[in-house]
Amino acid sequence: MNINTTKIISLLFFIFSVFYLYTAYQIQVFAFDENAPFNARTFPIYLGYAGLFFSGLKLILPDPDTIKVEHKTLEYKKTGILILIAIIYGATILKVGYFLTTSLFLFASYYFLGERRWILMFFLSFPFVAAFMFLLHGVLDIYLRDPFLKLIGVMG
Amino acid sequence: MIEGILIGLTTALTFKNIFMVMIGCFFGTIIGMLPGLGPMTAIALMIPITYGFDPATGLILMAGVYYGAVFGGSTSSILLNAPGVPGTVATSFDGYPMAQQGKAGKALAIAAWSSFAGGTLSAIYLLFLAPSLSKVSLSFRSPDYFALMILGLTAIAAFSSKGQFLKAMMMVVLGLMLASVGQDSLSDITRFTFNNMNLTDGISFILVVMATFAMSEALTIILKRNDPTAAAKQVSLTELGSIRINKEERGKMYKTIPRSSVIGFLIGVLPGAGATIASFLAYGMERNLVKDEEKEKFGKGSINGLSAPETANNAACSGSFVPMLTLGIPGSGTTAVMLGALLGFGIQPGPRLYMTNPEIFWSVIMSMYIGMVILLILNLPLIPYIARILAVPKNYLIPLILFFSITGIYVMSFNNFDIYLMIGIAVVATFLRLYDFPMPPLILAFVLGGLMEENLRRSLLLSNGSWEFLWDRTLTVCILATTILIVLWHIYKTLKKNKS
Repeated sequence: MNINTTKIISLLFFIFSVFYLYTAYQIQVFAFDENAPFNARTFPIYLGYAGLFFSGLKLILPDPDTIKVEHKTLEYKKTGILILIAIIYGATILKVGYFLTTSLFLFASYYFLGERRWILMFFLSFPFVAAFMFLLHGVLDIYLRDPFLKLIGVMG
Repeated sequence: MIEGILIGLTTALTFKNIFMVMIGCFFGTIIGMLPGLGPMTAIALMIPITYGFDPATGLILMAGVYYGAVFGGSTSSILLNAPGVPGTVATSFDGYPMAQQGKAGKALAIAAWSSFAGGTLSAIYLLFLAPSLSKVSLSFRSPDYFALMILGLTAIAAFSSKGQFLKAMMMVVLGLMLASVGQDSLSDITRFTFNNMNLTDGISFILVVMATFAMSEALTIILKRNDPTAAAKQVSLTELGSIRINKEERGKMYKTIPRSSVIGFLIGVLPGAGATIASFLAYGMERNLVKDEEKEKFGKGSINGLSAPETANNAACSGSFVPMLTLGIPGSGTTAVMLGALLGFGIQPGPRLYMTNPEIFWSVIMSMYIGMVILLILNLPLIPYIARILAVPKNYLIPLILFFSITGIYVMSFNNFDIYLMIGIAVVATFLRLYDFPMPPLILAFVLGGLMEENLRRSLLLSNGSWEFLWDRTLTVCILATTILIVLWHIYKTLKKNKS
């Protein structure tokens, strides 16, 4: 059997299906539902077996269309930084507020992607977010929590 | 019926109602364009306003918002590969590649004309077939729905990409697994939440779409380190925003539109099916019907591949009004919101709606056609301006896609967990994309997961746990036979390819 990344992904999916199936069997159902033709765990159990079946087939059968990815050419650094910025954005948005975190997220993302036109970067972050926020909060009446703007007295 | 049509025309053609359709279309287009804010959000926002009007005007306004948002969703699918509406996911398969090839204006024009034609044809079908169509949809039972969903998932897996059937089926299972997270709809028992309260309501559809399409697309662009000319191409395509469709392209659309409108309308009529299944099925069917030469272009910017889902999703929008108005069963999530609004007006939709409130039933049907005309007049001249979104260089476009995705999720739930979950799914999806695991089957499976379980539950309970329900009814057998044929045909094609 030829081992390639697709096979490894299939193996991971197989293991995931085993875990899913195990968890499906652990779902607590009501006592009167235990022997019913269908209860809360029936469908997940079928799904678990389906996952085992398809990933098992993919593992066993030959793979003529092997996908080869040149990892050396991939931009892991920038992608990783972008994901990290998004995680920090997610972690701070509720505490700091929508306006400041979103503006900083955009500004930092432009910077790490190689942009250096500072004025454009500024306009496409702070005023852009302010305008978008006005559309959501002011026009569409969608509530946006913002402790920072509340602190400086912009938002009530 | 003639009397009803005249009542409908009289109501729909009043200045106030035409104005409402225009406002609805315009508002809907803007909201629909923002990824994450689909027609459900737009209509939900409109409900308090509609209570100030009479029921017919209120429903006409919401119908306008619905069509506008679906078209707006197509726009963001084509320009940003960020479908804000489930029904326009299939639009991005060929719309986005066209935009990347510098044909953003053309793709938007094809979407606009296809939407218009699909909506117009389905409004005509609706006009003449509504009374009898409700009987057809009534004849569908749970086993038929279950079989239909199996067919839809198998078809999308078989047609998603060449030689990737098993990968696509793995994605189908993964989509269904993701859909099973949260409370069981009948017993309220929580499943796969691992005591995390944020997962009790399940994973939001928009979150999964944003993660697997918009966000993972943005990450893939960065990860794959696009060649230096890509940025130049990106800029030049915005300068080539031609919306002209040539004779050859029109010829392709003439063939695609009628058949896609029929499938879209029929799927839309089925309660619970709606625009998403219609667009996926129309896409799959079209790929199956075109010549081999055109088939190769699917997923790379095919005219047929763009026109088919666009026609079907608009046709399905009209079709989904049939079960809602005649049976009181919403055909889609959006019509479910509208059903809630109707109940708020004190109107109980059902077979008696014809008799008790004919002005509502027929004026909505007539306003659908008027809405289509307005949408075309409104959107076609605006296409060059809409296409300007792509003038943003990639260094700005990618953070903006991430921003729209995260904002879309944030305004829906206001919690950090959903953002982390979205990032997690996006990272996994990016990795899977590298190895050609297709995402569309995952999305369709995720949408159908709940419905599929519900129909399997009903079927198994009615047959006392026996699987005989699969061959008890002729309709179920026919649908399942079609599914088996698709699988056999796919195996035959794969074996033939391997031999050659």
